[in-house]
Amino acid sequence: MDALLDVRGLVKRFGGHYAVDGATFHVERGSITGMIGPNGAGKTTCFNCIAGSLMPDGGRVVFDGEDITGLPSYRVFRRGLTRTFQIPQELSAMTVLENLMVVPGGQAGERVADSWLRPWRVVAQERAIAERAHEVLAEVDLTHEAQNYAGNLSGGQRKLLELARALMSEPSMILLDEPSAGVNPTLTRRLVDHIQGLRERFGITFFVIAHDMDFMQRLCERLIVMADGQVLAEGEPREVLENTEVQAAYLGSVTA
Amino acid sequence: MLPLDALTPLAAEAPGLLPPLITFGGSVNWTVGFLTTAAIFAIAALALNVQWGYTGTINFGVVAFFGVGAYTSALLTLDAPGDFESYVGGLELAIPIGWIGGMVAGGVLALLVGLPTLRLRDDFLAIATIGIATILRSIANTQEGLVNRARGLNGIPRPLEDSANDLGVDYDLVLLVLTSLTLLVVFLVVRGATASPWGRVLRAIRENEATAQSVGKMTTSYRIQSFVLGGALMGLAGAIFAHRIGTIAPDSFDNLTTFLVWTMVIVGGSGNNRGVMLGALVVGFVWFGLPLIQEELPDFLGTRVFMLRRIAIGLLIIGFVLARPQGLLGEEARVSRFAPRGDGGGGLWPGGLWSRIRGQPGGGAA
Repeated sequence: MDALLDVRGLVKRFGGHYAVDGATFHVERGSITGMIGPNGAGKTTCFNCIAGSLMPDGGRVVFDGEDITGLPSYRVFRRGLTRTFQIPQELSAMTVLENLMVVPGGQAGERVADSWLRPWRVVAQERAIAERAHEVLAEVDLTHEAQNYAGNLSGGQRKLLELARALMSEPSMILLDEPSAGVNPTLTRRLVDHIQGLRERFGITFFVIAHDMDFMQRLCERLIVMADGQVLAEGEPREVLENTEVQAAYLGSVTA
Repeated sequence: MLPLDALTPLAAEAPGLLPPLITFGGSVNWTVGFLTTAAIFAIAALALNVQWGYTGTINFGVVAFFGVGAYTSALLTLDAPGDFESYVGGLELAIPIGWIGGMVAGGVLALLVGLPTLRLRDDFLAIATIGIATILRSIANTQEGLVNRARGLNGIPRPLEDSANDLGVDYDLVLLVLTSLTLLVVFLVVRGATASPWGRVLRAIRENEATAQSVGKMTTSYRIQSFVLGGALMGLAGAIFAHRIGTIAPDSFDNLTTFLVWTMVIVGGSGNNRGVMLGALVVGFVWFGLPLIQEELPDFLGTRVFMLRRIAIGLLIIGFVLARPQGLLGEEARVSRFAPRGDGGGGLWPGGLWSRIRGQPGGGAA
């Protein structure tokens, strides 16, 4: 077993409420692992703690052998762990292309003096970044929207833009928060192919939250089930879904 | 109607500088003077555009940076205090050094204000910046031995005045050319900075700071950088202003100046550098221009012009926010000056004039 992401005893409190209450799990390198669980089980809070959007109150997050617990999100990102948002967070008044071109880190022109003193370097780099952005857009079938404002995209296209933004950084691992919610069935099927294709070709590890069981069964080779801030079960999708505790957590207790 | 036939010989000699349409009333002097004022405010508007138009940082203390630049440049270039004056400085340095000093002072103030406040949510930052302007004005008015209190600073030297006299050139015209050239340089500097990957990060922060962070940008650092660049340029505008009018006092720098600059940015088009310069011209005309042509206006307007211009500024803000939030020239879709042409790079002069006037659905003014 080679765990790319290893989470141990993660705790996150909001006031007196334990959103995540000692969750322990791992994600294997090169896998597509899913996290399921009823609303309020603490899935997104887990993501936020891993990606640095929230500061955990306890536990350890180890990514690629290094402790990243409590690092701010921009530093987690720089280590090759990137995330998408459940509600797409596109940059509305910027074009789709710019939404992607802003992503690569350490761009020469990101220092204000470079565009005054060394414009030629910026020009060369912009060409390379634009080329990369077009590749990524082709990857998610958004090429024809490159010059459109991100705010004009449909809900499903915004989901794809979230994925594209994550890809743009050439990450080793992507956290996908509800990539299939609000996306039509055709696009959902394509999304499964996309994600599996990306894993095959680039070796990206995916960690996915979703509610759509059908989607998750087809996409993931391992599932982690959360309930009340803790890991209830984990394993292959089929065996996890046959687990009666999981069914109870999802559907409510059968005997009640 | 306004007589348009009253060009003086001086205007006739320099028709390129003086568009005939705004040469009202037989006085070319006011046109020159008005354009100089508009150019100074255009620098301040470009500065606010970096902070608000690109980064979305609310600065309701524009006048603080403007005033600090004005005072710094004045104190660096004035003679030592006379009998009934008391102020620090009076170093008799050259005027360009004063201007640079004003810029540095504006930038340093922005850094000092920005470090603790730019982590705040936008509405708190707005309150903090208003507070800074009020505090500084209060200090200037009350602290003995600092900036001559409410008596103000007088006799601030005027740039190139001696040379203009020696050559027998009209000084106001010299000042207009000097101010316009400075505006051009500021425009190029601001455009270079904003139409670049740096500007793209700023716009990403304006659109969604969490997203910018999630793709690895240290957003607080960028917000401080843009705040400091804006503050420095506001300081420069203030410095030019001080040397232009020759006399400054704390009450020259009231909050109205802040909102005048804001109106210029909103009317011109936040996020569009050429737009905010146009805004400075249009709003500057309402504020500074109308009183100058008071006598040419119909009586019922002319006698009330100082009251009506305030109402006009308010109506401009309301009208634009409701009917044309993107301003006269909206933010452009093609922004980067460096990207390949087909990919949103516009080269040096992006877009056609027509497409700019029609405007783009930019979100900058929202």
